[in-house]
Amino acid sequence: MIEAPAISLAALAPLLFVFGAACVGVLVEAFAPRDVRHPVQVAVALVGTIGGLVTSLLLAGERQVTAGGALAVDGPAVFLQATIAGLGALSLLLFAERSLDPARSAFVAAAAVPAGSPRDRELMTAPRVQTEVYPLTTFAIGGMMLFVAANDLLVMFVALEVLSLPLYLISGLARRRRLLSQEAAVKYFLLGAFASAFFLYGLALVYGATGSIRLSVIREASASEAGGGVLLVLGLALLVVGLMFKASVAPFHAWTPDVYQGAPTPVTAFMAACTKVAAFGAILRLLYVAFGTSEWTWRPLVYGIAIVSMVVGAVLGLTQTDLKRMLAYSSIAHAGFLLTGVLGYGSGADGTGSGLGATMFYLLAYGLTTIGAFAVLTLVRDGDGEATHLSQWAGLARRSPLTAAVMALFLLALAGIPLTSGFTGKFAVFRAAIDDGAWPLVVVALLASAVAAFFYLRVIVLMYFSEPAVDGPTIGVPGLPTTLVLAVTVTATVVLGVVPGAVLDIAERAARFVG
Amino acid sequence: MSDFPYLLTMIAVPAVGAAAVAALPRGREGTARQLALGVSLVVLLLAVLTTIAFDAGGERFQLTTSVSWIPDFGVDFALGVDGIALVMLLLIGVLVPVVVVASWRDEPTGRRSMRAFWAWLLLLESMMVGVFAATDVFLFYVFFEAMLVPMYFLIGSFGGPRRQYAAVKFFLYSLVGGLVMLAAVIGLYVVSANELGEGTFAFDALRQIEIDPGVQKLLFLGFFVAFAIKAPLVPFHTWLPDSGAEAPIGGAVLLVGVLDKVGTFGFIRYCLPLFPDASRDLAPYVLVLAVAGILYAALLAMGQSDMKRLVSYTSIAHFGFIALGIFAFTTEATTGAVLYMVNHGIATGLLFLVVGMLIARGGSRLVGDYGGVATQAPLLAGVFLIAGLASLALPGTNSFVSEFLVLIGSFPTRPVFTVLATVGIVLAALYVLLLYQRTMHGPPRGVLLEPAPETPAGATGAGDGATPATGSGGGATAATATLEAPAAAPARLRVRDLSRRELAVAAPMVAIVIALGFYPQPLIDLIEPAVAATMSDVGADPAGVSPQAPVEGTD
Repeated sequence: MIEAPAISLAALAPLLFVFGAACVGVLVEAFAPRDVRHPVQVAVALVGTIGGLVTSLLLAGERQVTAGGALAVDGPAVFLQATIAGLGALSLLLFAERSLDPARSAFVAAAAVPAGSPRDRELMTAPRVQTEVYPLTTFAIGGMMLFVAANDLLVMFVALEVLSLPLYLISGLARRRRLLSQEAAVKYFLLGAFASAFFLYGLALVYGATGSIRLSVIREASASEAGGGVLLVLGLALLVVGLMFKASVAPFHAWTPDVYQGAPTPVTAFMAACTKVAAFGAILRLLYVAFGTSEWTWRPLVYGIAIVSMVVGAVLGLTQTDLKRMLAYSSIAHAGFLLTGVLGYGSGADGTGSGLGATMFYLLAYGLTTIGAFAVLTLVRDGDGEATHLSQWAGLARRSPLTAAVMALFLLALAGIPLTSGFTGKFAVFRAAIDDGAWPLVVVALLASAVAAFFYLRVIVLMYFSEPAVDGPTIGVPGLPTTLVLAVTVTATVVLGVVPGAVLDIAERAARFVG
Repeated sequence: MSDFPYLLTMIAVPAVGAAAVAALPRGREGTARQLALGVSLVVLLLAVLTTIAFDAGGERFQLTTSVSWIPDFGVDFALGVDGIALVMLLLIGVLVPVVVVASWRDEPTGRRSMRAFWAWLLLLESMMVGVFAATDVFLFYVFFEAMLVPMYFLIGSFGGPRRQYAAVKFFLYSLVGGLVMLAAVIGLYVVSANELGEGTFAFDALRQIEIDPGVQKLLFLGFFVAFAIKAPLVPFHTWLPDSGAEAPIGGAVLLVGVLDKVGTFGFIRYCLPLFPDASRDLAPYVLVLAVAGILYAALLAMGQSDMKRLVSYTSIAHFGFIALGIFAFTTEATTGAVLYMVNHGIATGLLFLVVGMLIARGGSRLVGDYGGVATQAPLLAGVFLIAGLASLALPGTNSFVSEFLVLIGSFPTRPVFTVLATVGIVLAALYVLLLYQRTMHGPPRGVLLEPAPETPAGATGAGDGATPATGSGGGATAATATLEAPAAAPARLRVRDLSRRELAVAAPMVAIVIALGFYPQPLIDLIEPAVAATMSDVGADPAGVSPQAPVEGTD
């Protein structure tokens, strides 16, 4: 007699909402007439993600393992699910923007048509817009929300694929510079497939060493062997590689600049914010729930990776001349800063440090700021679409003071200047790391911040202190969706910088794993 | 009345003023500057009222307010002043209105609006008040960093030809220092969490905990680097001449007059009381930097051909004196150092202002482009002389009192350093008097000459003026101008003397220079109790003689 596993539907409500919306989206794509599809798809996707956000907020304080032990619905899972759903909804709003591009959408009308073919040129001016991107993105958001709640390695792997496959696809959907976008998609897919393979191999090794894929069982097994098994350590290393790839942590970052540059900017915003949250959620859960007792086997590894990531991100960011690539390197550096928070969760089984709450706060703050920064990028355009070369931004403050001011705020936040959310986040993770004795790491992080500040400042210098170029880009007037995104992200960047108390408190209270 | 939140108001009023100025519609430049002047005068009034409400003989920190800000970090929005902070607030109160009037007729470069200038200036004032009034280390740090942003925009948007370079250099230098300090701030928090059970940033609580000497040294260094960059002490000073030279005059006055004082203020407020053992151990090294700064910067000042750079270098020399006074660990010397901070703000501020007036007339920053100005503009020359004499600490000017206090207070504990520092006084006389002599006296020459068709020299000078070279490259140009100057003698020099607005700028500053030169006692009365408290924190004898004198003599 096979008993069905116990499933708490209430605890799964956020996931059900988002996946449900994704499935409805597929049906809409199949059955709704073309001319109503766009508004319906946007509405379905937004209802799904906002529903996911609301239900996960209602789940605050929940601590249980459900779905036969495969899913953990605990503080970190719920907090990060809410973060992903919220950031996902903002990204979807950027997707839905129709007044900026003369072609009414940032996405190609028919992705299968070869770039540059007669049919492609015909479609360039056609009023048809792409709508498959909405269910795809909703699936990715669902995968991410599953990823942070996965309580066994197999579910984690499935979630990884559910979130990755749509991402590979939507990276290649740019309406302009299609070849660059397709190249980005192929590159992302190939390297992502490698990373998945690493993860899967690691999973197999860990299963071989412990006989289970359940995180809590792995924890007990690794504790009993004092973390000494070669298989287990190898498996752990491979799992970490797979996850670090998704989090775009150097030295597993090679895809990041190309994909960030090639993908349509709203998709880049989505990846930069949500994928990072999801990947770090999984990293935290894997390291602390499954391997929390054998901390010293992975700590030096993560310590080293954090330093490499900060230094690579900050130093290579200096040489970039394209804003999207620059933000990509910035994201690599920020991944390093986030890892200092991961290390600051503290030794011991239950984690006494404040690193978990700090990292979650950082993820929220960074996600909001980075979506805002990419949203500003979509506004500055020339004949070929977005003008992302640095030199095109010269004197932007003279053309559009408001756009420049908003961008300057985001850049200062990314640089970590006080009274912005970036500073609060950095302070929180660095405090956690120093608390845990990792002060040399923090000194490196601070020096890297100073280096990174240079390239953020360079953009401000260009915008404010340079003379505008004669044939410079135009500043698009954003429609309602982008305006809404900018308003939310600007407000959040300032509020989380000036009065972060309430949100920090929520993150801190949520910071306890179950399992 | 004493419950009135003076400090909070002093932070809020200019911040609100900045927002109001920024929100004014385009084309209301006149309203903007009037509003800026009004707001800065209100702050001056508040500073005076704060001084009246302050009881010099009372508790160390007064007028305190504290509101919980970020409970998760244990951060309070805590304000309060001791005598040292109070005199700095007075200095801000005086300097900002003066700067506003001095910049009244500034024209922005390009098509920028001066509204932004006034808004940034007021925001800067708000941040400066905050940094001196904070009694919570975290809050101090926030103001310390946030202060960079308005100054960055002031230099970058309204500065000289190399303003982009100068602005970025200023920002990055300060940011690096600030971030190192951030590590120390967090470290301090963690130490306090271990000692007290609960982490705190409150200055009074942190002052009382005992920190392990090794940790103290690291934390001290974290704070020290930030303050040494800000102050600036010698190996960290290279940003100041660039920023000082490129900043608009108003910005430069506030930069050296107030912003840099945050560094020396930080030494007194944070380095000494929080890390007494480390301060005592590392003091000899700091003194080496201080004395090296006095001599090296004075020599460099003599070699400058750009007047604004020259004044910036004189400041670096003066900061050496201030650091000497602080790290001599006697109440006399440190009181002198604090008084020096105020006097330097007034004297160097005046020197910058008067140099700015000269540059406004000639359009060139080079010393060699001016000569014989005194014959046509006696008032300008007179103010220039007073500012210069105050800068070289002539008896009867305000700086004399403080420099004398620093030297006489340092001698018992640090004879060698003090003797070396006195050489700096001689050098100060040289660089100030040479500058004065070259520009104000001698044959008329340079860019202010009426163009005389038969002499090519005037044209050369004007050419220099159009592209003021900076740095060592300018020296050659200046020398050529000097050599060719006699050829220009037949031409007529035409200089406007000080206008009524410029007199309104200079007169109060000159009055303060002389008043404080003859009667500094009220300020000393304010400063001394706070300094004595600091000295007792650091473990030095408040009577003025260090108990460790014999030991110190051997190293």
